[in-house]
Amino acid sequence: MATLMVPENLVYERPRSFTDAPTHYCPGCTHGVAHRLIAEVLDEMGLAERTIGVAPVGCAVFAYNYFDTDFVEAAHGRAPAMATGIKRVLPDSIVFTYQGDGDLASIGMGEIVHAAARGENITVFFINNANYGMTGGQMAPTTLPGMKTTSSPDGRDVETQGYPIRMAEMLATLDGAAYVVRRSLHDPANIRKAKKAIRIAFEVQDRKLGFSMVELLSTCPSNWNLSPVESLKWLEEHMIPFFPLGDYKVAPAVAELKI
Amino acid sequence: MARELWEGNQAIAEAASRVGLEAYFGYPITPQNEILEWMSRRLPELGRAFVQAESELGAINMVYGAACTGARVMTSSSSPGISLMMEGLSYIAGTEVPMVLVNVMRGGPGLGNIAPSQADYNQICKGGGHGDYHPIVLAPASVQEAVDLMPVAFDLAEKYLNICCILIDGSIGQMMEPVELPEMRPVQRKDFPWAVTGAKGRPRRILSSIYLDPPEEEKTNLRLLRRWQEVQEKELRYKEYFTDDADFIVIGFGTAGRVALSAVRAARAQGIKVGLFRPITVAPFPYKRVAELAQRVGAFLVVEMNAGQMLEDVRLAVNGSIPIEFYGRLGGVVPFPDEILSEIQRVAKAKLSADADPIANWMKRMEMVAR
Ligand SMILES: Cc1ncc(C[n+]2csc(CCOP(=O)(O)OP(=O)(O)O)c2C)c(N)n1
Repeated sequence: MATLMVPENLVYERPRSFTDAPTHYCPGCTHGVAHRLIAEVLDEMGLAERTIGVAPVGCAVFAYNYFDTDFVEAAHGRAPAMATGIKRVLPDSIVFTYQGDGDLASIGMGEIVHAAARGENITVFFINNANYGMTGGQMAPTTLPGMKTTSSPDGRDVETQGYPIRMAEMLATLDGAAYVVRRSLHDPANIRKAKKAIRIAFEVQDRKLGFSMVELLSTCPSNWNLSPVESLKWLEEHMIPFFPLGDYKVAPAVAELKI
Repeated sequence: MARELWEGNQAIAEAASRVGLEAYFGYPITPQNEILEWMSRRLPELGRAFVQAESELGAINMVYGAACTGARVMTSSSSPGISLMMEGLSYIAGTEVPMVLVNVMRGGPGLGNIAPSQADYNQICKGGGHGDYHPIVLAPASVQEAVDLMPVAFDLAEKYLNICCILIDGSIGQMMEPVELPEMRPVQRKDFPWAVTGAKGRPRRILSSIYLDPPEEEKTNLRLLRRWQEVQEKELRYKEYFTDDADFIVIGFGTAGRVALSAVRAARAQGIKVGLFRPITVAPFPYKRVAELAQRVGAFLVVEMNAGQMLEDVRLAVNGSIPIEFYGRLGGVVPFPDEILSEIQRVAKAKLSADADPIANWMKRMEMVAR
């Protein structure tokens, strides 16, 4: 057994940028996957000692318990403003926010749009799970037309409840945004692509190239009332057609990066 | 340093940048735009951070972020903007990080107007945002006093890990007065043991206002309260004029206190033995000193540019022991010294009762004026 612990045989370990705390996320939720990818990239780039994370109000409110970096906890939606304040006085630090769709696309719409417009040199991880997870599955700005939630019990009626917002597409129109992409966490191939995007986003910040955001399509089995496996399938079949994966903004300086 | 003619808002902004301000975040609103405008030129020139935020919500949360790094940071705003900042102020109080807020009050409620007012005394002195917390509130009555209080405000904020507010109105913000500004000091970022700066060579730090476990939140509340008690014991500031031999005393803060001083001087010239008590810390309010004065004089006349908000604190201190009269102007109307002088003359002659309702009596007199 002991030989398994020899480093050259090690194929999988807990990222060093993680603490020992087990996460509180529901079984099958992809918040944990997103956390892990961020921590792996922090490890690979050796950024943890310079990093300050900004946790949101939402299911990831306790993100600071899991990352072994300095962290602050923002008010609902205000993470990009708080990140701006930190980054402006510590320009050589690495500052990232981690926000849900209610946090970023509803109550925090003003803060995210203007952080991107200013070209604020921060990185945003945007977890799009099509609902308000923490408060029990209410409709979010990203809830799909016809999708049932606890506050759209007959399915989102676009006549009275409006249309979902595609944040990556919207922020990509802003000149201050250097790197804006959408990825998904529903299978290993996509998870690998998501990690690559997270890496590029941090590289963009480290080289002071401007605002970067990686939108990550995520599952919420508990509130979707689906099993973890069904949730992954539901994401692929319903969310990706509405929220197409892709690179929405890659500024010329970012396109030249060799990573 | 020489005395120079400065506009209040600009003098405040320049004083802050001379005492180590590292970052300013704000949003335009009259009558404090000159602070934002001054900072927009001055701070980049000094290599420091300035952002015109997308809203006061954005501004206060930028302040929150910068405050978490231990940097000297401030914002400024006026009534509607301060209302919008209340969410962030509560988070900042709950996270126990220092910041300075310059609050230039204007007429309200609602959009109100841009004239000088003191109607936001309760809002800022009694907390404003949700939860049990107390900002320290300093109310200068001149441009010089405001300038002198800037370094005090930062020191208090950092010493007590608290919000410190400079509370003025548009008249102090926009009047020109000769002032002596502080010398330019270099920025000295303190090595606070709580500041988030990146966990290099030390365990990570977390700054948050969340305490899900109620007993932990209760401990936090008690910690805030203990600090507040210390502020109450050690940091009270006020000015007294002609109080030694006074038969009765006018009480007013900021601009109202300053106008009242002119009236008190005029009354003294007429032989009326009246004094003035002008609190500078309006939060914490100098209850003890007011109670002591109440033992020595026959009455208080409280003068404010609001409907009697500080009056409640005076009544608390006096606890029914002597009569209190009130004179207020509202909605952005600034009282003239003559108005206060005639109130002083009235109080000097009137037969007063400690049981009378100062607000009801004042309203009766006001309605005559308004008609
Ligand atoms: C000002 C304010 N309004 C409402 C709330 C309640 N609240 C907490 S979490 C949340 C929704 C979070 O949903 P989302 O951002 O989609 O993240 P998720 O939980 O799905 O990860 C809300 C509305 C709050 N904390 N503060």
